[in-house]
Amino acid sequence: MHSFDAAKTHFQRFGLAPSFRLDTAKLEQSFRGLQAEVHPDKSAHLADSEQRLAMQRSTLVNEAYQTLKSPIKRARYLLLLQGVDTQEETNTAMPVDFLMAQMEWREAVVEAERLRDVAALDQLESCMKQDTRELEAHLAVKIDDERDYEAAAQLVRKLRFMEKLAEEISSAYDEIDN
Amino acid sequence: MALLQISEPGLSTAPHQHRLAVGIDLGTTNSLVASVRNGISVVLNDEHGRAMLPSVVRYFADGEVAVGEAAQALQSEDPANTIVSVKRFMGRGLSDVGDISQLPYRFAQEESQSSGHGMVQLRTVAGIKSPVEISAEILKVLRTRAEASLGGELVGAVITVPAYFDDAQRQATKDAAKLAGLNVLRLLNEPTAAAIAYGLDNASEGVYAVYDLGGGTFDISILRLSRGVFEVLAANGDSALGGDDFDQRIYCWILEKNQLSALNPKDTRLLLTMARTAKEQLTEHDEAHITAVLSGGEGIDNVLTQNEFESMSKNLIQRTLQPLKRALRDAKLSINDVKGVVMVGGATRMPQVQQAVGEFFGQTPLTNLDPDKVVALGAAIQANLLAGNQSRDDWLLLDVIPLSLGLETMGGLVEKIIPRNSTIPTARAQEFTTYKDGQTAMSLHVVQGERELVADCRSLAKFELRGIPPMVAGAARIRVTFQVDADGLLSVMAREMGSGIEAAIEVKPSYGLSDAEITRMLQDSTQHAKDDMQARALREQETEASQLIDAVQHALMQDGELLEVSQRAHIESQMNALRDALQSLDHMVIKRAIVALNESTVSFAQSRMDKSVKRALAGKNISELEIK
Repeated sequence: MHSFDAAKTHFQRFGLAPSFRLDTAKLEQSFRGLQAEVHPDKSAHLADSEQRLAMQRSTLVNEAYQTLKSPIKRARYLLLLQGVDTQEETNTAMPVDFLMAQMEWREAVVEAERLRDVAALDQLESCMKQDTRELEAHLAVKIDDERDYEAAAQLVRKLRFMEKLAEEISSAYDEIDN
Repeated sequence: MALLQISEPGLSTAPHQHRLAVGIDLGTTNSLVASVRNGISVVLNDEHGRAMLPSVVRYFADGEVAVGEAAQALQSEDPANTIVSVKRFMGRGLSDVGDISQLPYRFAQEESQSSGHGMVQLRTVAGIKSPVEISAEILKVLRTRAEASLGGELVGAVITVPAYFDDAQRQATKDAAKLAGLNVLRLLNEPTAAAIAYGLDNASEGVYAVYDLGGGTFDISILRLSRGVFEVLAANGDSALGGDDFDQRIYCWILEKNQLSALNPKDTRLLLTMARTAKEQLTEHDEAHITAVLSGGEGIDNVLTQNEFESMSKNLIQRTLQPLKRALRDAKLSINDVKGVVMVGGATRMPQVQQAVGEFFGQTPLTNLDPDKVVALGAAIQANLLAGNQSRDDWLLLDVIPLSLGLETMGGLVEKIIPRNSTIPTARAQEFTTYKDGQTAMSLHVVQGERELVADCRSLAKFELRGIPPMVAGAARIRVTFQVDADGLLSVMAREMGSGIEAAIEVKPSYGLSDAEITRMLQDSTQHAKDDMQARALREQETEASQLIDAVQHALMQDGELLEVSQRAHIESQMNALRDALQSLDHMVIKRAIVALNESTVSFAQSRMDKSVKRALAGKNISELEIK
């Protein structure tokens, strides 16, 4: 797989320009075209070595697709290409009002789960999605227009909080279902 | 055949020969085999014209085995040695099986189960049998049926598994197929197989839900169909919920109604059979009569109405709606996005199931393909594609892993490595380090499931990495790669990278069968047909050798310019060595020569593959330039 992935970024792999704003229809089309070439199902009747190669290439294409499809992963990857570490584990400096809002949200999720209040959870989820979209719109400006990567890294760290919140909301739904 | 199939779509590189391949639905209650004949997928019947083989295996003291109708017809006679619904035991330990007092079998506690997560073993008159061996008996019958019907040896089979099967259950299924002498082209998820049969039949586009309630398992898959791509967006389910549970409800109702308790295995089996018949009658009728005479002479004469049955099975149906909601949420879709709902599995014939699903989705579910056959039909279509018979109009299947994979961390918590519903094949690497000076080993525990605690997830494998070079704490860098292949099976590879010394090991998760047990099973199954196997092995190797030589020659002709002179000479000498090996009539000698020739062509194959990928990408670049 070395010559296959040599020096190719995920964007190059799908023939896309490296930007946060993305033509998702084109990404999807390109992904499917590439999988149609490399998917293991295409070589199931060939020798083991061919099948192994197909698995590795298909895995790589899947990984590239997952990275570009998800806004937070795409941003993280773009910053990585610029040599900027998003420091999600180490940099915990966040505006106080953002942290306060996060705490309130979490408490509301716990409370909704305890009361088995699906309507409240729906409400929280839609707010969370709205805020996530706003953060993403911001990211597009910081990365694509202003090329302000430090500010973008801070937005990625905020999005990471939103991602965790989304996971908590999802598991709260699961608990209510059970 | 390393280099055979790299060509322009629709162009055949070699004279085409139809390869015999089948799809097998290894069901809890019934199993089927299907194949594509003259372009149409058909279920292959037995000599009596029956499509479904009851998944029932009976062992006799003399080692004889009866499978299917013969075993089912007399199952009440010898329930302890007549295994029904063995699929429920695949890759499962005693603790998973639940209330074993309700089952007429004798379970064996194997020494290898001391670790706590071994597969159950059944004690029969013919000795201790594992679910893998019992399933292999069913698969052998289907293989024989297919070979007789198609008039030749099979190149391979697609075996279907419930989408919600975990790694241990999948591995057990694959092992059973191997034990039955089948070359597994792919493990295919049952709902996906059904979607192929439906989708290709109706040229459907859009989001579809497949609701698959089988004899012992429940699956829900959400798929997006568009222009020849079947993309599974989310799968969920319950691998221990199915038609059997509805029988069980009726069975308990009969016990209660007649104030019976603690039946012997014979009577238990008899009443379970009566319960199943009643369930089937209630599909067409408003009430079912249940009459039986127990071994002690007690007579049973009850009437069960559709209403009573509905109320006793209500919460079973409710249990299928939770995975449904979860799958939709994972797919980030709402009920309104679903264009059609496909019903699969015999248990979806129950009117109350169709009604509940119809109400949930606000639309009438599709039932125009036989819910008992649709999985096998789809599997056969995919087998035909995978065997290389479909050169035009092919399609692409993108499936997912149904349950998250994780590692045990401090305090018995799970760290998710690969989240559920990741498109497969997929891989994820994680780096670890040592926490003590001079530490040379570390242990890893791989689990599967969605819960936070290790104890609530399925333990797949525990293994130890040894031979880490002694260093100060934190200096070693151990990279562990989790790879999930297109069958949904996990392999784990670990590599120490810190010091330049690279030690790679490969670990296949085990569900508790020791190597010795697998060897014993293989010996048991081969001793009868050993000569036969030898001859078969030789024929297979001869065929593979000549196909490989053809393919390499063809590749050299087409893309020989990609090679340097010395590389070409090396490939040609390996090709001659294989020709010599063919004269030896020893399949092992031929096999080694095949491997050698294959290895000599690996980099050639890569260059050819790159060339073809470049060609594909080059084509796409043109259109991109226009858009920009």
